[in-house]
Order: sequence, then structure tokens, then C-alpha cells
Amino acid sequence: MNSLKMFFDIEVWKEIFGSIKKNKIRTIITIIGVLWGIFIYVVLSGSAKGLDNGFERQFRNVAMNSMFVWAEATSIPYDGFKIGRFPQLKLQDVEILKKRIPEIKYIVPRNARGNFSGGSPANIVRGNKYGDYAIFGDYPEFTKISTQNIYDGGRFINEEDIKGNRKVCVIGERTQSDLFEPNEDPIGKYVRIDNVFFKVIGVLVFRQGSPFDSDSDVFIPFTTYRNLYNTGDSVDWFNIAAYENANVLKVEKDIKQTLKFIHRVSPLDKKAFGSFNLGEIFNRIIGFARGMTFLSLIVGIATIIAGIIGIGNILLISVKERTKELGVRRALGATPNEIRNQILLESVFLTIIAGIIGIILASFVLAGINLATEELKDFPYTNPTVPIKYISLALFLMVTLGTIIGLIPAQRAISIKPIDALREE
Amino acid sequence: MIQIKNLHKSYKMGSSSLHVLKGINFSVKEGELVAIMGSSGSGKSTLLNILGMLDIANEGSYFLDDIEIKNLDETRAAKYRNQFLGFVFQSFNLINYKNAVENVALPLYYRGINRKERQLQALNFLEKVGLKEWSKHLPSELSGGQKQRVAIARALVSEPKVLLADEPTGALDSKTSHEVMSIIQKINNEGKTILVVTHEKEIAAMCKRVVTLKDGIIVEDKKIKQILLK
Repeated sequence: MNSLKMFFDIEVWKEIFGSIKKNKIRTIITIIGVLWGIFIYVVLSGSAKGLDNGFERQFRNVAMNSMFVWAEATSIPYDGFKIGRFPQLKLQDVEILKKRIPEIKYIVPRNARGNFSGGSPANIVRGNKYGDYAIFGDYPEFTKISTQNIYDGGRFINEEDIKGNRKVCVIGERTQSDLFEPNEDPIGKYVRIDNVFFKVIGVLVFRQGSPFDSDSDVFIPFTTYRNLYNTGDSVDWFNIAAYENANVLKVEKDIKQTLKFIHRVSPLDKKAFGSFNLGEIFNRIIGFARGMTFLSLIVGIATIIAGIIGIGNILLISVKERTKELGVRRALGATPNEIRNQILLESVFLTIIAGIIGIILASFVLAGINLATEELKDFPYTNPTVPIKYISLALFLMVTLGTIIGLIPAQRAISIKPIDALREE
Repeated sequence: MIQIKNLHKSYKMGSSSLHVLKGINFSVKEGELVAIMGSSGSGKSTLLNILGMLDIANEGSYFLDDIEIKNLDETRAAKYRNQFLGFVFQSFNLINYKNAVENVALPLYYRGINRKERQLQALNFLEKVGLKEWSKHLPSELSGGQKQRVAIARALVSEPKVLLADEPTGALDSKTSHEVMSIIQKINNEGKTILVVTHEKEIAAMCKRVVTLKDGIIVEDKKIKQILLK
């Protein structure tokens, strides 16, 4: 009987089940070792994946490889200019940057007042309610870099708003609650921003992207902003997203060098332009999550290996215990191959059963953790899953190792001569 | 049925070697019931093990049913044991987690017979040794005599040419010994060739022929008048 045929022979399995069933404690102890291994593996890698997903969720409203660039004061005298000059970013910079740095996917100029950029906040009045709020001049492309969720019925600034210098605004959640009645729909209503009437076109769902974001921010078209505050071609800062496969650090450096060239700043000046690179920070976090995944892989596989060595160990003891039985079987006509295959199949079968139970238990635990953390919005943990690919890999690894480990007791079982086996008391 | 010529067997014990069988010449015809007697260390168990293909002689020839038994690898030996031989051991050697009928059916499993057929034949043979009602009992639930009867049923189920019994009554009291021997006589009377290794004169007297071994050689080989048990 060759071993493959044996694998599909119901009689062989009945014999194996018999032996497994009649040695319950041994079977259970054996199973627990591997079960624990695969359990740890699945729970750990599922959790790592959950962490990964969680980070991704937290960052999902921001392009992963985006950055802000703004101008500061020069620190090196250059080209006839004194030290301490404030270069001014211009709308024209956009085209030059795009042309020079092909890695740039989106570049969005933004203006703001009433927050970190200085300037007085916009005074917004509606009826007898009023307040001072930070105000932004924006292009619609801004949403491509940083997703802006608008409550149902509203919208963000669009191309037509820009072209027509329309007096429309998107307000924040708090602005809405400050200026409108609780059950009042603000869409289509008018508010007065610094004495100019604006039509409300949307309410922004607040999501903290950067520390400067506030739930009371007000957004108006860039062109309208320019007219309202007389900013000309000046830009406070650029929001820039690079293509996904671009090296964000290099892009950041190139952008600054180009800006230095445009604005006649020394190429060696480190302080003239400031930047904040989300991509780099994001890469670090992703790196951390990857590290966790890798760690869980190592720990999980090590535990599985330990479990399988345990199976080998217990089967070795079991073979010793069953020396006489195996001797009797051989006296009755069992060939060494049949004995070897029986022990091997026992090992593989136990491994598979333990593996499957472990995976099921781990899935329950992961589902439990998922349920428990679902409510926690700030906790970066979402949808902990283990790809079926990894599970298959783990199972494959287990079966392979189970076979290899099983060979040791199996070989031992047939190395004992039947005569010696029978003599053993 | 069995012909052996000039059989030698020695065991290596460290640097010295222990010469156990020193030239055995011996043959058994079909239907004989032979007792192999001798004190411990006389080589009788070694002889039986060689006859049972559990051990290999250093020298000499062994024919079983006109087939020369030599240069056996373990796989061939296993097949021959399964086809030609039935074993009964002093300590029964039943598999403790299998019930009586499963134990009896085991040789048929290694012959590749399907489960239903195995059960059927095993039950038949259990009936022959009077234990049909005990078929579902585990060895631990059987008395010594019953265990040995199960073992005999197991040895017979594969319809072997020769039944080899190594001190079959060694672990039994005299009453159950007689039960077991009476079954052996019954089977022998049905035509089965049986070799019984024993050191008890009383048991040997129940056989048809007694071969006495001493220090590795046959010192006596005679037919006797069998004491028949009822």
C-alpha cells in the first residue's frame, strides 16, 4: 500500500481515529500545543492588521504622501538681499513647481486668516448672532489631498465658484450651531462675512486632520478670498501631494530648492521655507505597523514550531508507550511502511485538527476584540483580519512540519525490531 | 510443513557472544501438535521466534510449506507472518484500547480485507473460542483465560498454516490453562499445525509430540500418547 493510496483509505483513517480516540488525554495535550501556536499566530497577526487598518482609517482623509510648504524668513543674505527677508509664495509658483517636479500629483495654494497665518479672523454675522472664525480661501482640488466630508445636502467649493468669484461658503459644525437654530437647515441661507453676504453651500463634517483644524473653520473660494481680502497673487502655503510611488522626502527637498530658486533665496538657506511632511510621518507609522505584522509573524511561527515540536515529542513518548502494541501489530502482519504511515498520519491529522480549532478560536477572539473596540473612535484598531493567504501558509507550514516531525517517532517506531518490541514489558 | 536444518543462532553480548542455538535439525508435518520443552535459557523461545520470522538465524535453512525463508526484509517478513503464521503469546499482547472483536480482526486489516468482512470473520472465530458474547469487551474487562482465548482467535482468524504459541498458559492458573489447551487441541484436531513452547510437563503431555531442548540442541524428540482434554 503506498502512502498516497493510504491517505484516501477509509480503513486507515478508522484505525487512526481508533488510536486517537482511545488515547484521549494524549490527544488533547498534543492538540493544545499546536492549537496554542496557531491561536497566537492568528490573534497577533490579526491584531497587527487591525492596528494597520486603524492607522489607515485615522489617516484616510489625508493623502498619505502629502505635505505643507510655507515661507519663513531667510537666514542667509543672497543675491543682493539682506538676511531676514520674508519671501512671499505666489500663485505663479504652482506652474513652475508642477513643471520642474513631475512627482507632484496635486498642488493646491491656500490662504487663511484668523489662525496660525495671522490676520484677524472673519467676523460672521447672521441676524443677531455673530462670531469670529478662521477663514480659508480654497480651490476644489484641496479635497483631492484632504478629503472634506460635507453633510448631506451640501457641497464643497467647485470650479464654477472659483471662476465666478462666487460668494459662497462652507461652514464648520460649530459655526452652524453658533449661527443657526438647532433644527434649521443652513444650506442656501445667507451669512455676512466681514460685511459681505455669502450663501452657505455646505457644512463640513469635522475631522481632526492637523492640529490647526477647528470645527468652526469657514471656507470660501480662493478667488473670492483674494477679492475680499485683497491678497493678489499671494499664497500663504501650498498643500502638495506626490504620486504614490514617489519618495516624499526627495519631493519635499526638490520643492524647497525650486522655491528658493524662484524667490531668489540662497540654495543653502535652511530656514527660508518651512514644511510639514505628512508622508514621512505616515511612513513611520506604517513602518511601525509593518514591524508589528512582522513581529507577529515571527512570534506566531515560532509558537507554531514549538507546538509542532511538542507534537513530535508527545508522539515520541507515545511510540515508546506503544512499542509493544506496534510489535504486536507487526507480528500480525503490519509492514514497517504501514506502521510509519500510521504514526505520520496521526501526527498530520492532529496538527490539522489543532490548527483548525486554533484558527476558529482565534477568529472568535478577534471578532470579540473588534466588537469591543468598535466604539472607540480614537483607538487605531479597525477590522482585525488575517488574509486567507497567511492562514493557508500557516496551515501548510504546520502540515509540512508536522510530517517532518512525525517522521522522527515514525522512524523510531519501525527501527525497533518486532522481537524486541514484543519482549518489552 | 516445517523443515529446519543446522540452525544456529548467537547473540552478541558486548565483546562476547552467546551461542543459543547450536545446530537444530527439526521438521514438523502438517497437523502435528508439537510441544517444545526446555528450561529457561535452553533456546526454545529463540527457536520459536526464528520459526515466527521475528528473528533471523545466523546459519542454516528454514523451509515453511516448501518456501525457503531467507534474506527477508521487514516488509516481506510482515507479509509472510500475516499469511502463514498465527501467534499466541504468554502475555496475550492484546491491544488494550481495542475490544475483543477489533483485536481479532486486526490481522485481516493488514491483509486489506474490508471492515464488514473483518467483523464477520472475527466474530466467527470468537464464537469458536466461546467468546461471542464478549466481543464488545475491552481486554481489561476479560479474565486471563478469556484474553488468551481472544488471542487464539486472533491468531487463527487469518487462517495461518502454523500456529505458534509461546508459553500460552504461562500466565494462567491450571484451570484456565486446561481451557486454553483444550481449545488448542480442538483446533489441532481440525487439522491445524501447532507448535507450543512450554516448560510445563503437564502442558507438554497434552501435545502429540514433545521436542526437548537443552543448551541449544535437541536432546529428545518423541511422539507421545496425548492426554486429551474434554
